[in-house]
Amino acid sequence: MNAKQKTEALTAWLDERLSISTLAGMVSKKEVPLHRHSIWYYFGGMTLFLFTVQVVTGILLLLYYRPSAENAFESVQFIVTEVKFGWLIRSIHSWSANLMIATLFIHMFSVFFLRAYYPPREITWISGVLLLFLVICFGFSGYLLPWNKLAFFATKVGTEIAGVVPIVGRPMLRFLRGGDDVTGATLTRFFGFHVAVLPATATVLIAVHVLLVQLHGMSVPPGLAGQPVKKMKFVPNFLLRDLIGWILAIGVLAALAALFPWELGEKADAFAPAPAGIKPEWYFLFMFQTLKYLPPKIGRFDGEVIGIMAFNFIALLLFVVPFVDRPPQDKRKTLIFNLIGIAALLFIVVLTIVGYVT
Amino acid sequence: MNLNRDAAIMPRWLAGIILQIAMILLVFATAFAQKKSSCIECHARLDDPRLSAPAKLFDNDIHHARGLSCNDCHGGDPNADAKEAAKDPRKGYLGRPKTLDIPAYCGKCHSDANLMKRFNPSLRVDQEREYYTSVHGKLLKSGETRVATCISCHSVHGIRAITDPLSSVYPSNVAETCSKCHASADYMRGFGIPSDQFDKYKTSVHAKALYDKQDLSAPTCNDCHGNHGATPPGIASVANVCGQCHARQAELFQTSPHKAAFDQKQLGECITCHSNHAISRPGDQMIGTNNGSLCINCHKAEDKGFVAAGRMRSRIDELIASIDKSTAILNTAERAGMEVSRPKFELKDATDALTHARVLIHSSSTDEVEKVIGPGLQVSAKGYEAGLAALAERRFRREGLAISLIFILFLAGLVYLKIRQIEGRQATED
Amino acid sequence: MGNTAWDKTTKNRDYPAPQPNSRRRFLDYLLGTSALATLGAIIYPIFRFMSPPQVIESAENSVVAAKLSEIPVNSGKIFKFGNKPGILVRSATGDFKAFSAVCTHLECIVQYRADTKQIWCACHNGQYNLSGKNIGGPPPRPLEEFQVNPRGDDVVVTRS
Repeated sequence: MNAKQKTEALTAWLDERLSISTLAGMVSKKEVPLHRHSIWYYFGGMTLFLFTVQVVTGILLLLYYRPSAENAFESVQFIVTEVKFGWLIRSIHSWSANLMIATLFIHMFSVFFLRAYYPPREITWISGVLLLFLVICFGFSGYLLPWNKLAFFATKVGTEIAGVVPIVGRPMLRFLRGGDDVTGATLTRFFGFHVAVLPATATVLIAVHVLLVQLHGMSVPPGLAGQPVKKMKFVPNFLLRDLIGWILAIGVLAALAALFPWELGEKADAFAPAPAGIKPEWYFLFMFQTLKYLPPKIGRFDGEVIGIMAFNFIALLLFVVPFVDRPPQDKRKTLIFNLIGIAALLFIVVLTIVGYVT
Repeated sequence: MNLNRDAAIMPRWLAGIILQIAMILLVFATAFAQKKSSCIECHARLDDPRLSAPAKLFDNDIHHARGLSCNDCHGGDPNADAKEAAKDPRKGYLGRPKTLDIPAYCGKCHSDANLMKRFNPSLRVDQEREYYTSVHGKLLKSGETRVATCISCHSVHGIRAITDPLSSVYPSNVAETCSKCHASADYMRGFGIPSDQFDKYKTSVHAKALYDKQDLSAPTCNDCHGNHGATPPGIASVANVCGQCHARQAELFQTSPHKAAFDQKQLGECITCHSNHAISRPGDQMIGTNNGSLCINCHKAEDKGFVAAGRMRSRIDELIASIDKSTAILNTAERAGMEVSRPKFELKDATDALTHARVLIHSSSTDEVEKVIGPGLQVSAKGYEAGLAALAERRFRREGLAISLIFILFLAGLVYLKIRQIEGRQATED
Repeated sequence: MGNTAWDKTTKNRDYPAPQPNSRRRFLDYLLGTSALATLGAIIYPIFRFMSPPQVIESAENSVVAAKLSEIPVNSGKIFKFGNKPGILVRSATGDFKAFSAVCTHLECIVQYRADTKQIWCACHNGQYNLSGKNIGGPPPRPLEEFQVNPRGDDVVVTRS
């Protein structure tokens, strides 16, 4: 048999056992609408690709990382200096985390503005919001793992903020920190979250999210509903375009790792005072900056507590978006929601910039 | 109530109450009562500050804290209110001691081991004897009253424990106390010694350690001169005094050819090069054969010492240059984003070798110095290699990146061509 | 195939004529080899990463300070403990003691003196006894003590 026949025989053998032809059939039918806003369709897949990069580089880092206060910093130093290409894997992991969060935000905002949460896609939206929170937790827990001064204090401040919430704040702080202070216990627990709990949850949520997208197909923006829309086959046309994006993303990650290697910093010291001008990572910066601007007291309550509760409330509001904004659209509702979205986007962008500049 | 029951002056119950009150008052009275001291009571009320000061200062005095009072030193009767009765010589009143008698006055107790045992068994009791071996003591014995006695340093009537930071003899206050006399050119006239010691001391590293860094182990006047037996160390014993802390340098000096030479030439050990009071941080310019070095003050061109000095200095300079070069390249690598904290740490060994070499010059032996310079240069060279390796790795990464990017862009381009090819086919296939 | 909106519009596009088989095969060949090369360029660093480096272990919470045979009775040895120097002392009675070698006065490196059987700092004549306590000279605090466990020929020092 020649190669072609051999491949066909193999495919038939697998199909008998795994029913891949049905799967292949489903995939071949998937189509992507083409219109003015189609570019945003790439960002979901890009986020998933970057997540895969995280999983692969994360597993590789696991081969050498040691999650205890005495060893963590030295083990990362070891990876970056002694292990072959350790510098590359580690820097890619750190940069890809940031890029993933950026594409995730773009994906979320584009879904919002294009109303891709309209029925029957409400649960897809909810799973997406849950994924947003999960990824933020990934970022927060992962940041501590090198156990350097910056991360130590960022974690201290971050968990302190969590503790400010009334009633549940204190127990939550103790749960997160593994005690009253940030110690080696915090590191071990964050490591457990970062490599076991969060990945397991994320796998389930991503599976649900992606399956639902396949089930419902790609949504078309409401403005174009009813009109005939050009469609592109997912396989191979859109997928190849996706692939170009992913290949370029690999290039960007390699460039970032080589030209802007991620810093190691200095080993954390529980007794040293906090370095001046401490800031969280950029994706937390807008909230951090907002808290700085709140007055110390609002009425009877601490300004900080009000701020944090407000952010929590807004986060919860995200869940109800598909239930508050439903078709049929009217011009006023469209305008209001678009304005809310733009306001939120501007708020985040402006405060992030302010946070960096001041 | 039957007032006539006991036919007493007052009813029993009233007597009971009065007795209770009286007892309470007595308890309070005894509780608050100091030993009565008419001296303090009277002197505190006087207008002349010279007479009222002792009474006022005495509250802070350590003797007062130990339960002693005016009469324990001055004699007299503290219970008598009238001046003549209180100051009665028959009651042992000694009055104010003359300057020449002060050491004996204090020594009445402080030289009595049996007495001092009752208050603090670990206190020395030979201060008075030691005092008379000091320059102050010797001059006092010869009748000179313008010298320091016990009260000049320890003050009088408000004497604090030596561990009390407010005490005039607490380590950080000693130099000021000595300068009360020794820094005054007028006062020191006729004694034949300079009066600029404190000014000079204040510029020294020891003063910086003591005053700026609060290092109480840093030497002040009494650490080198002694306190009760205060005498400048003899020329041949300076190394011993400095060697209390700078043991290694003293040891090296004692076994070096300089010891005999200095003693013979009547040159002060240590202080000839480092000065006595204005001891500044030593620098490499002090050794060698250039202008500004101290060696050429004695050594002439091409004599053995001259050659040794030149050699030691040049080797030290070599090590410094090597360390600087290695530090510079490691810093460059670090700024470029490379991880070089380990090589930087290991380079510290070279700096340690440099410090060690600078100590070893006191042996005046080029061989001794060479024993540490050699390994130091090796460590520094290793650091330099590490820096070169880091920069090479950086170059490798960038070259690797450039090549990978070319491949990646090439691949992306091919995928794009493939898309066009497929869609071209799709468009025409029908 | 044929009547969807996609087909209707793509038919009007200006596509190049379908390429001859050889050109298509060349593109496929190039694509295939390129993809393989890139995949290799990704897999190669991953495999190199996974293979253990020369220096096996990273952090030093515990280090082999010396070999039993190379440290005689009544002697001391300076060893590297993480980022800081440590001193291992074998006393005259044969016991092992280990301390931080950083003097608590001005951070010089201390040494063991076989003549006084004490730990000594050459910078300003500071002295420590074999419990690490500062007993003479300027040092204000004792030396930090570590745990010592001889294991076979290795003398292992652990941060307690």
